[in-house]
Amino acid sequence: MKRISISPPVAALMLAIILFLLSGLLPNGYGNDLNVARAQSLNILRLAVFLGVIAAGQTLVIISGFEGIDLSAGSIVTLTAIFTYVIVKGDDNKVLLALLVSLLVGAFIGLINGAGITFLKISPFVMTLGMSGVVTGAIIIANHGNVSGKVAPIMTRLIARPLSPRFPIPNALIIWFIFGFLMWLLLERTTFGKNLFAIGVNRVTAKLSGVNVTLMNLAAYSLAGALAGFGGFLVIGNTGVVLLQLGQPFLFPSIAAVAVGGTLLSGGKGSYWGTMAGAIVLTLLTSLLTTMQMPDSVRRMVLGGTLLILISIYGRQRALRQ
Amino acid sequence: MKQSRWDALTSRQPALFALILLVLSIVINFILQPNMFARETLNSNMRVFLPIILMAIGQAIVILGGGIDISVGGIVSIINTVLATRVGLDGSAERMWQFVFMSLLAGIFAGAINGFFIAYLRLQPIITTYATSFLYAGFALFILPNPGGGIPANIAALYRDSTPLNLPLAFYIIAILLLVWLYISSTRYGKFLYAVGGKPEAAYETAVPVTWIRFSTYVISGLMAALAGIAITMLSGSGNADIGNPMTLNSITAVVIGGNAMSGGVGGVVGPVMGAITLGIIQNIISFANINTWWETLVKATIIVMALAAPGAINLMRRRRS
Repeated sequence: MKRISISPPVAALMLAIILFLLSGLLPNGYGNDLNVARAQSLNILRLAVFLGVIAAGQTLVIISGFEGIDLSAGSIVTLTAIFTYVIVKGDDNKVLLALLVSLLVGAFIGLINGAGITFLKISPFVMTLGMSGVVTGAIIIANHGNVSGKVAPIMTRLIARPLSPRFPIPNALIIWFIFGFLMWLLLERTTFGKNLFAIGVNRVTAKLSGVNVTLMNLAAYSLAGALAGFGGFLVIGNTGVVLLQLGQPFLFPSIAAVAVGGTLLSGGKGSYWGTMAGAIVLTLLTSLLTTMQMPDSVRRMVLGGTLLILISIYGRQRALRQ
Repeated sequence: MKQSRWDALTSRQPALFALILLVLSIVINFILQPNMFARETLNSNMRVFLPIILMAIGQAIVILGGGIDISVGGIVSIINTVLATRVGLDGSAERMWQFVFMSLLAGIFAGAINGFFIAYLRLQPIITTYATSFLYAGFALFILPNPGGGIPANIAALYRDSTPLNLPLAFYIIAILLLVWLYISSTRYGKFLYAVGGKPEAAYETAVPVTWIRFSTYVISGLMAALAGIAITMLSGSGNADIGNPMTLNSITAVVIGGNAMSGGVGGVVGPVMGAITLGIIQNIISFANINTWWETLVKATIIVMALAAPGAINLMRRRRS
């Protein structure tokens, strides 16, 4: 059968645009008001940034193959958000320190994940699921009912606000573009990226061609943890409030964003552009269903149904007889 | 390469470690709670463990066949809300059994939806059942937006308090299911199941009906989830659309503690049943050990991670020594 030669990231992005245009026809949509339409689209893009960054780590471990997945991403987000909140305490000078701590804490948890997966041969799904429980337990103890802290003004300025009143592009979006470019460099223009795809396609051949599979695996999970940590830093900069369930709602959408973006969950094939497009589609869908004032039940069903249709279109695996 | 006796034993009996863990946890539980084997205590424990045990059996078969089913919690919720709203607190016994029968059909149908997308459309199991979990959970919420409803108390008592021959009802149900499994695993279907999970390409080439086997595992999982839904409804006696959600990941953990490989083809059903009981007993131990509530989640998660890591750690140490 001839495949339609449209790449998943482009398809996802086109879908997002069509969905957004259609949303204008809704009774409480933007209608004919272009300014409202622009504000709305920018807001949705801004919200997609957080999912997009958290899904970046997910993209890396999924590309690395061998059933790679990171179920601890959600709890890492919550943990580093709390760390950031407590360390910064409203002081602009401590923001960099908080960012560094977030990255390191995330990387450390990721490293433990990677060690369990590579040395103890625990399957990634279960290892990261167990780690998610441990981190959640740590969060409950660290939080102990309530934490005192505050987000620094500079974080709100850099993450939650637009660039300037006359040029209303959210700063978060600019951060995301730079981030996306760095991810592209990492995946497509470095040895690390090449090796990551290589171990995702076939670990044995990768090893025989001189790739240090153990080291790559450890690096992939550590980096994924660090990126989830960065996600936590961004999320708290946006919300400014600590919740025990801050990160968990991002977990499965982050996997879905990767899948919608055309990255194979079996590894070895994919891109971060796809994940970005996937994050936009998912955020758009969720916010559309919220604006349509659907009850929670219908919202969940529509989200599940759409996801099913999306992956049916291009998430199909190769037939065994091929 | 010469295999040591331990290696040979663990590769032939993947559930061996689960058995050791189960015995260990029973011993600890017995020390903390000396009346553990009294009829009442045993029954009240087993009736709480049974829903997860049932889900773990279905999950084990899906995982043996090389897949995973994240939608089981959603199916449990559907069954629970249907029984609680359609039978009602003052419904007749006849009506109850009628709906129990329909629940089983509903579970099979929900499983068939999963199986259709995964086996026939060749979608990736994780993301597909993730999408359908939204469909099912949303549908359950649609049936019963707020917790409430229920089933007649005398029918719930049948499940809660039946102890034929002084043994909990759950023992008989587990025994019957294990006998059925022992029979199935000796048939051609059982051999096919292991073949599909182990190496689908080779299975396909030797004329194993791979697609049909994959499809059937999800149907079985749906049926087992429906049984779990019936059990938990009779246990709680009331309806709640979110009741199944937290059970999904527990069922997967139980399967892995039971010695099954997440990649499929290795393990059985006896191990996962022991894994599910172990999980329940760990919860018991934690509540009896007077652990500070704040620490509960962390302690439980750490024990589970250690249980998951132990087989790998033992292997690693053995390899170092030799």
